[in-house]
Amino acid sequence: MASVFEYAPAPESRSVVDIAPSYGLFIDGEFTDAADGKVFKTVSPSSEEVLAEVAQAGAADVDRAVKAARKAFEKWSALPGSERAKYLFRIARIIQERSRELAVLETLDNGKPIKETRDADLPLVAAHFFYYAGWADKLDHAGYGANPRPLGVAGQVIPWNFPLLMLAWKIAPALATGNTVVLKPAETTPLSALFFADICRQAGLPKGVVNILTGYGDAGAALVEHPDVNKVAFTGSTAVGKKIARHVAGTDKKVTLELGGKGANIVFDDAPVDQAVEGIVTGIFFNQGQVCCAGSRLLVQESIHDELLHSLKRRLSTLRLGDPLDKNTDIGAINSAEQLARITALADTGEAEGAERWSPACELPSSGYWFAPTLFTNVTQAHIVARDEIFGPVLSVLTFRTPDEAVAKANNSQYGLSAGIWTEKGSRILAVANKLRAGVVWANTFNKFDPTSPFGGYKESGFGREGGRHGLEAYLDV
Amino acid sequence: MPTTLTAFADVTTSDSALRRFLHGLPGVDAVGLEARAASLGTRSIKTTAKAYAIDLAISMIDLTTLEGADTPGKVRALSAKAVNPDPTDRTTPMTAAVCVYPDMVATAKAALNGADVKVASVATAFPAGRAALPVKLADTRDAVAAGADEIDMVIDRGAFLAGRYLDTYELIKSVKEACVRPDGSAARLKVIFETGELSTYDNIRRASWIGMLAGADFIKTSTGKVGVNATPANTLLMLEAVRDFKEQTGIQIGVKPAGGIRTTKDAIKFLVLVNETVGEDWLSNHWFRFGASSLLNDLLMQRQKLSTGRYSGPDYVTVD
Repeated sequence: MASVFEYAPAPESRSVVDIAPSYGLFIDGEFTDAADGKVFKTVSPSSEEVLAEVAQAGAADVDRAVKAARKAFEKWSALPGSERAKYLFRIARIIQERSRELAVLETLDNGKPIKETRDADLPLVAAHFFYYAGWADKLDHAGYGANPRPLGVAGQVIPWNFPLLMLAWKIAPALATGNTVVLKPAETTPLSALFFADICRQAGLPKGVVNILTGYGDAGAALVEHPDVNKVAFTGSTAVGKKIARHVAGTDKKVTLELGGKGANIVFDDAPVDQAVEGIVTGIFFNQGQVCCAGSRLLVQESIHDELLHSLKRRLSTLRLGDPLDKNTDIGAINSAEQLARITALADTGEAEGAERWSPACELPSSGYWFAPTLFTNVTQAHIVARDEIFGPVLSVLTFRTPDEAVAKANNSQYGLSAGIWTEKGSRILAVANKLRAGVVWANTFNKFDPTSPFGGYKESGFGREGGRHGLEAYLDV
Repeated sequence: MPTTLTAFADVTTSDSALRRFLHGLPGVDAVGLEARAASLGTRSIKTTAKAYAIDLAISMIDLTTLEGADTPGKVRALSAKAVNPDPTDRTTPMTAAVCVYPDMVATAKAALNGADVKVASVATAFPAGRAALPVKLADTRDAVAAGADEIDMVIDRGAFLAGRYLDTYELIKSVKEACVRPDGSAARLKVIFETGELSTYDNIRRASWIGMLAGADFIKTSTGKVGVNATPANTLLMLEAVRDFKEQTGIQIGVKPAGGIRTTKDAIKFLVLVNETVGEDWLSNHWFRFGASSLLNDLLMQRQKLSTGRYSGPDYVTVD
């Protein structure tokens, strides 16, 4: 891809973030070691460089954190909403002020491009806190009757794809409604949650209102199963989600699950083609496709299939893969060796099933976890790559002939999280959107997020809604 | 690859055929188009890439003066600057052209004295285009006869907006014929759509196709005389049009955003659009131009900054 106009490296400075060699758990307003002294390392997926050593929470730490949250709950929930709002507004402003630092940190720990952490993750994180800060003193008007009550202690387990944003989705509504939280970030991306703990201290948030436990799945399970947790919120894989659902069955814990997806991006023959191509790219290659609502199934009307694929391939050839800290990078690293192995295996399955594989010419860095943007054509509903969530930069292309067929194929999935419709015909957008079994339907755009809009899935994509007024319900005793 | 318009021969046979063709082009989603242009605007062009882009941008400028108050002295000063933009640094590239009114073509031509800077002349009752066809053609022939290498014509926006697409097409064809010199060579024709007056992106795409089908050598956004001139979004859209046209006909057509591009930062954003939409085939002043006047001095100051490491200031570039 050598061009006469070769962009010189434009790396964002790493010096804006100061990562300590080791971090403790954040319990009751203090950083402490794990009870059994265990630690684990977090690496930068783009280089495999060790960034820091982090305390590994066990059951005893979970118990300590839940007790701290319980103790803090009484006072926190008794505060007037306007007082809780002040803390949330303060947190939102600190996030804005420290956004460059947090963006660099997130890019280092997660592997996603700085362009995304700077222009998507961080602005959305701050927006989420601002939005729910606004609700804190208006809960009487949220549609759940007068003076709706919080649930108590929320146990929250979040994934590694949008570490700080998923934290915001969980913590902002929980605090606004008067709950206290114990949150476990993913083991591959613990750092931004620990920086958030520091922000809580900076904002003067009362001790124990927010507790952060870094660790593995066993800590997450201990948190979810802790008898004194009143609310479980989980974002992650459908397999773990099912385990959680089985556990909470028969308890009085309230639960919301935001799980996998296999979003259909439907392109009709009257679509705005150039913008549809951009939307397809955003749909599947944003965050290396490690997005639960990714548009990983492209359903394209047969009459424009060849033309659209030609344009799509041309566009993919311009994607810039490489150093996530470079401001011109479009495609960063895969989050972990484990995820890379999963993507690789599923892509190989696609090939073995007879789908046609294509990637643009693209050199992968020699260290770190990388996967080239990949298209599969000649895919049918029977292929694994059309059914299973790959959670990587892999797009399966299917065709349809009529709007009814598009809807039938889009809905023919165990998931139902997101979908996209591309057409210049407004009436078709409305007609098709009404028939799609997906929690989010984007029209002539994809992967657009806003704190005012509820988000969540149908079927095995989970239940409950996060964001918007609807997101309050998950944290209220209603 | 074919290099012929035969595939499109039937679309210009009648007003209704042309209308059906233009209205059959894919629509443009305004939000998506602007988002894409904005996202390319975040590219960070530094050091060697910046130096390359600045020199390329300078070499792509149609250094323009289109004022009622233009005098031979002003045009001579502008021409001297086009040939030698930075008297303190002779490695600075020349601009692509000077762009003047038809009556100033001879003055510019003489002042350039054979230097490799083209003379572009606006014509066809620029900027409004409100004159009878014979007047527009005479205006064009006059500029060509005076030595213009390039003609920047305006389309009849009134005809276009009234849906008289074939009239718009025929006008461009006629002007194209008027660009032919007695020896058979021809001035290159830039067709200005005045995108600010066409108002919708769908209209800009349709106008682009009319221009390309009618034989434009360049399609150009604006006159610089209305409120909205070149924007990243309308330029991106026109780049997509010339890209699609080349894929379908083999014929390459240039693009010229004009008006409102004043800073190095802006110019580099446009070059990024070119680079990532149509690629290096268009990265020369034969295929891409900036219609601008004040842009040049900002490019020169940035160029001085890169070579000396310090900002100079407006007193270190020439005011013409």
